[in-house]
Amino acid sequence: MTEPLAKPKKKNPVQRTRLATLPPGPRSRAALGLTRAAAEGVFELQVCADCNAVQYPPREVCGSCLSERLDWKPVDNHGELIATTTLRHSNDLYFRERLPWRVGTVKMNAGPSVVAHVHEDCSEPGEGDVRVRLALKLDRSGQAVLHALPEKDTPNMNDSPQLRESTCDPEFRRVLVTDGKSAVGMGVAKAMLEAGASTVFLCDSSTWKTVPAFDALVASDERIQAVELDVTDTDSVDRLAASIGGKVDILVNTAAHMRDGGIVGRKDINLARDAMEVNVLGLMRLAQAFGPGMSFRAADGTNNAVAWVNVLSIHAFAALPERGAWSASIAAALSASQTLRAELRGAGVRVMNVFPGPIDEEWEQLTPPPKLAPSAVAKAIVKGLQEGLEDVYVGDIAEELRARLRENRKAVERELGDSVGN
Amino acid sequence: MTNPIPNPILSQFLAELLSGRLKLVDLTQTLTPEFPIIQLPPEFGQPWPFRIEEISRYDERGPAWYWNNFSMSEHTGTHFDAPIHWVSGKDLPDNAVDSLPIEHCIAAACVIDVSQEAAANPDFLLTIEHVKAWEDKHGSIPERSWVLLRTDWSKRTTPKEYLNMAADGAHSPGPDAEVVPWLIRERKVHGFGTESIGTDAGQAHHLNPPYPCHYYMHGNSRYGLQCLTNLDQLPAQGAVIFAAPLKIRNGSGSPLRVLALTPAQ
Repeated sequence: MTEPLAKPKKKNPVQRTRLATLPPGPRSRAALGLTRAAAEGVFELQVCADCNAVQYPPREVCGSCLSERLDWKPVDNHGELIATTTLRHSNDLYFRERLPWRVGTVKMNAGPSVVAHVHEDCSEPGEGDVRVRLALKLDRSGQAVLHALPEKDTPNMNDSPQLRESTCDPEFRRVLVTDGKSAVGMGVAKAMLEAGASTVFLCDSSTWKTVPAFDALVASDERIQAVELDVTDTDSVDRLAASIGGKVDILVNTAAHMRDGGIVGRKDINLARDAMEVNVLGLMRLAQAFGPGMSFRAADGTNNAVAWVNVLSIHAFAALPERGAWSASIAAALSASQTLRAELRGAGVRVMNVFPGPIDEEWEQLTPPPKLAPSAVAKAIVKGLQEGLEDVYVGDIAEELRARLRENRKAVERELGDSVGN
Repeated sequence: MTNPIPNPILSQFLAELLSGRLKLVDLTQTLTPEFPIIQLPPEFGQPWPFRIEEISRYDERGPAWYWNNFSMSEHTGTHFDAPIHWVSGKDLPDNAVDSLPIEHCIAAACVIDVSQEAAANPDFLLTIEHVKAWEDKHGSIPERSWVLLRTDWSKRTTPKEYLNMAADGAHSPGPDAEVVPWLIRERKVHGFGTESIGTDAGQAHHLNPPYPCHYYMHGNSRYGLQCLTNLDQLPAQGAVIFAAPLKIRNGSGSPLRVLALTPAQ
């Protein structure tokens, strides 16, 4: 059984901080289908539209009938572990530092036999239950790998060092929440504490304003440290990074600016600029201030820097013309986050983007239900980190819009535009 | 080129200044990103706070020079309010910072010290009686004088103390609705200046008319100064204020350096 994770000791300040090494990253374009599935936390493989054969590894033509009609589809992720081996030597720098490493072969119910990282709680073939479930997860290079997990959850299974290489669990980690006075920010702080975070740096961008819920939250748990941060102020961001940048293992950017109004329909560039200042330039300021330190600490022990979370919106993909300037800022934020992801991926720090539908908060007062409780967004963030995702869609509206976008982007554009066009 | 004849007054002025018999007092707050701005209901348009981004600092962006871009509203930091700022002054002549008569940038100042009253009551309102009592002590307010309200509000250094917000809004001192038209009519003042975020009290939206200092002063071609500091270094009477706003076309106000000339004690 997996040893529960021990609270990390204080760092020895005269010991060199080890730099991150990464597992092999290159993949074929077809194999990036696995990466897409792992990023979203689904289990999909190619299935031949002609002969129904499930394919692994990903390929250009069907291994059985040579058809080119291979569709990515959810498939049964269960199978039997038929062989394992434990690596005790590797010439690869990444694995060398993490030996011993258990791998094995799983015969999937869906057909293929696959090589996977094998969880320590899976019984050896011949010594117990050989049934396993497979999970597609991102490794520290940001590429998909297969993990063979016990068929049923085992105690502390997420604490297994091999599995932790694919996840960003908040347990014993220090989390920075960039707007602690927002409903989502407070929700994230609570959810992180419940998930075992050792510290939550809860940012206050308006110290002049008394928010009783914020004060109560800060007083409720000694793991919360209130800190000042205004993401529109470069000096404020730099000051905070200079003071605690070396202790941020997970950064959750909840700073958000949302106002109603179209682009022709609300002739006020100030509002658009305010949205850009917070949603886009704020993200960039945070990235420039905290990115280098987090990259440097990506292999810094049990509580290494692992993840950067941007709370965006499903409207990053499709503008909501009633909030035209805001939509543009969220789309720009998504674009900026993709660059940030590319830049942090080389260091082994994951960028997770969260795409909620409408949230039940002040500026969404007139949005008809269903609306997401801020706590639901927070829970989705924690779950996404625990599973090691990159893209998290939260709520029915987000999922529905996403499905409709895949089906017909133009239809979504027209329908979302109807509210202002008539 | 003709040799200019030295003007004895200007020569004496410079001599007094250099000898230290006249001193300059800086009434200006330093512009920093942290300095608070007025807080309006969030559905209204909001002024930008002071923000600054480095262009270069002797580095690859400019090897031998250091400079910054900055942004802020016309009403950020220590700033000047022109008559056009308020609806009551919108149609007056020469009502913007670029058109106001340049000689208006220099005027005498009377400093009314209500720092003890403001310490006891953050909602303190200056009344005609307070001004008359001040005049009994310091002489009447001369025409074309700034009236500066010393509240020591500038000594509140955190945004929380300075804005002093409660659930019912900001609490800071200012003039009441009677004293402002009285100062204009009876004393022909130049304008009104405060240490707090506005020339009006924090709760002035509940007065009649709302924001009387803005309403009457700007409706009568008078000016406002706010976020002043160092008023405690000025005499009750006798200081001269140099307050020249930036020349923004049709500007409603501007951040500025406010200097006071005062006899050394």
